[in-house]
Amino acid sequence: MDTELVLIILVDGLVYASYLFMVSVGLTVICGVQKILNVTHGSLYAFGAYLCATMLIFYAEAGWPGAGAFVIMVLTAIFLGIVFGIVIERGLLQFLYAEDEHIIVLATFAAFLILEDVLLLIWGTNPYIAAEPLALLGQTDIAELPFDNYNLSMIALSALVAAVLWYGLRRTTFGKMLLAVIYDRELSQSMGINVTKIFLLTFMVGSFLGALGGAYQAPAISVQPGIGVEVIVLAFAVVVIGGMGSIPGALIGSLVVGVARAAAVHLEPVLELFVIYMIMAIVLIVRPQGLFAPAKARKI
Amino acid sequence: MTKYMDRTAWALTIGLAVLIVVNFFVAEWFRTILLLSLARGSVALGLLVLWRCGLISFGHALFYGFGAYTVALIIKYLGITDAFFTIACGVIVAGGFAWILGFLLRRYRGIFFALLNLAFSMILYGVLAKLESLGSTDGISLEQQTYLWYAPEGVENKTTLFVVAAVLTWVVAMAVHHYLRSTLGYMTTAVRENEIRLEYLGYSAERAIHVKYTISGLVGGFGGAIAAMTIGHADPDSMAYWPISGDFVFIAILSGTGNVGAPFIGALLYELIRTYAFEQFPGIWQLIMGGTLLLIIMFLPNGLWSLVDRWNQRRKERNRLEAPAEQEKA
Repeated sequence: MDTELVLIILVDGLVYASYLFMVSVGLTVICGVQKILNVTHGSLYAFGAYLCATMLIFYAEAGWPGAGAFVIMVLTAIFLGIVFGIVIERGLLQFLYAEDEHIIVLATFAAFLILEDVLLLIWGTNPYIAAEPLALLGQTDIAELPFDNYNLSMIALSALVAAVLWYGLRRTTFGKMLLAVIYDRELSQSMGINVTKIFLLTFMVGSFLGALGGAYQAPAISVQPGIGVEVIVLAFAVVVIGGMGSIPGALIGSLVVGVARAAAVHLEPVLELFVIYMIMAIVLIVRPQGLFAPAKARKI
Repeated sequence: MTKYMDRTAWALTIGLAVLIVVNFFVAEWFRTILLLSLARGSVALGLLVLWRCGLISFGHALFYGFGAYTVALIIKYLGITDAFFTIACGVIVAGGFAWILGFLLRRYRGIFFALLNLAFSMILYGVLAKLESLGSTDGISLEQQTYLWYAPEGVENKTTLFVVAAVLTWVVAMAVHHYLRSTLGYMTTAVRENEIRLEYLGYSAERAIHVKYTISGLVGGFGGAIAAMTIGHADPDSMAYWPISGDFVFIAILSGTGNVGAPFIGALLYELIRTYAFEQFPGIWQLIMGGTLLLIIMFLPNGLWSLVDRWNQRRKERNRLEAPAEQEKA
C-alpha cells in the first residue's frame, strides 16, 4: 500500500469522522445527562439539513455576501434546538423519565416516525440542493485528488465544538451543575440544583448540536427523505463504541469509525457498512460499557 | 380440559379454524394482510418470549432477514421451490444463528442486549445490501412455491400458502405456549424478577436466556420465511433494516405479553392500521403509526392484552361479590 493511498484514507476518514462527531455528540450529551437514547436526534439532523437548505436557497437568491451562509446555519440550528427542546422534552419526555429505558427509546422512535412525516409534509419528496457555500470555499488537491475545502472545514468545526463543550463542562458553573446531575440526580436536586431546568437546557443543547450537524452538512449533500433514518443508527454506533454519555468517547468513536469506513471504501467497498457495525459489535462484546465510559459507582 | 388443551390452546385452535374458513372467502388484499400478520406476529411472539424475562431486542429483523433470505437463496441457487422444505431451512438457519449468538448475548442485559442485537442486525443489513450475489439493494425475487407434489397457480397458490402458513403458525404458537408453561418457561419471570435468587435455587439464568433466545430466533426465522413467500420478494430495506426491528417491538408492545395469541392480534391490528392509514392518508401514514405507538405507551403500557386481563379481573371480582349475597338469600 502506497503512502498516497494512506493519506487519502486518512483525510477521507477525518472528514467522515468529523461528520460523525457532529451528529453523535448531541446524542451522547443527552444520553449522559438524561440516560436516554434519543431516536428523534435523527429527525433533528434532517430538520437542520432541510431548514438550512431552504434558507440558503433564499439567501443565495437575495444575493447577499456568501459568508453570511455560515451565520444562517448557526441561527437555524439554534432555532431548531430551542423549538425541539421545548416540544420533545417538555411535551413528551418529561412524562416518561420514570419509565423503563426501553420504553423511552420506543417513545422517541414513535416521535421519530411522526417527525419523518412532518418533514415530508413541509418539504415534500423532492431533493433540495444548496451548494453555494461548498462552491464558495473552493477545493484543495491532496495526493492529486481534489477535496472540497468545505468538507475539510468540518474537521475544524468539530474540533471547535469539542473544545467549547469541554470548556463548558469543566470550567463553567452550568457545566459543574450538569456533572453533579450526571453523578447523582437526587443528591444534586437536594443541593438546590433545578434538575428540570438542567434537563431542558441539556436537551436543547443536544438538539442544537444535532441540528447544527444537519445544517452544516446540508450544502455538501442532496437533502432528501431518508437521511434521518440513516444518520441515527450511525450515531448510535458511534455513541456505543465511545461509551454512552462520554464526549471524548464520541470523539474517539467517530475517529475509529471514520477511518475504518474510509479504509473500507478505498480498499474493499463491499465492506463499507459491514465494518462500522462490526466494530460496534466487537466493542460491545469486549467492553460493553464503551471505550471511554465514565466509571460508574455501584449504588447499593 | 386435558393437560394439553387449556383455554389458550382452545382459543388458538378455534382461531386456526376460523382463519382457514375465512381464507376461502376474503379478497386477495386481505389475505395478504392476514399472511403478513401471521409472519410479523410470529416475530413478535419471539420478542414476547424474551420480553417475559425483561429483555428487549432492537434487532430482531436479523432473524426475520435470515428466514426470508434463506428461502430466497434456496429458490434462486438450488431451484427447490417446495414450501415445507424452504420454511424448514429458514427456521433452522435463523435458529442456528440465534443459538450461536446466544452464547454471547446471554451475558448481556438491558440496553446492551438491545443494542448488541441492533449491531448484529445492521451487520446482516450491510452484507445483504452490498453483496451482488445476495441480490444487493434490489433484493431477490422468489419463484412461486410448490407444496410437495401440489403446484397450484395464481389465487389457488395463495390460498394454499395461507392454509400452510396458518397451520404452521398454530403449531409454533402451541409449542411456544407449552414451553412457557413448562418449568423452563416459568423461569422467565424468575429471571426478570431476581436473577441471583434463581441461581441460588440451582438453575443457571444464562442458560434459561440462551434457550429463550434460540426459540425467539427460530420463530423469527419462521416469520421471515412466510413473509418472503407472501411478498414474493426479499430485499434488505424491508427485511433487515433497523426500522423493521422497530416495527416488531411496536407490535410486541401493542400486543402485550399476557398471552401467546396476543402478538397475532396485535400484528393484525398493526397491519390494518398501516394499510388503512396508507390508503386513506398516504402522506401521513407514518405519523399515524407513530401517534398510535405513543398513545399505547402513554395509556395502555401493557398492551392490548391488558384489556383482557382487566376484564377477567373484573369478572372474578364480581363473582366474589355476588357469591356471599346468594348465600344470604338461601
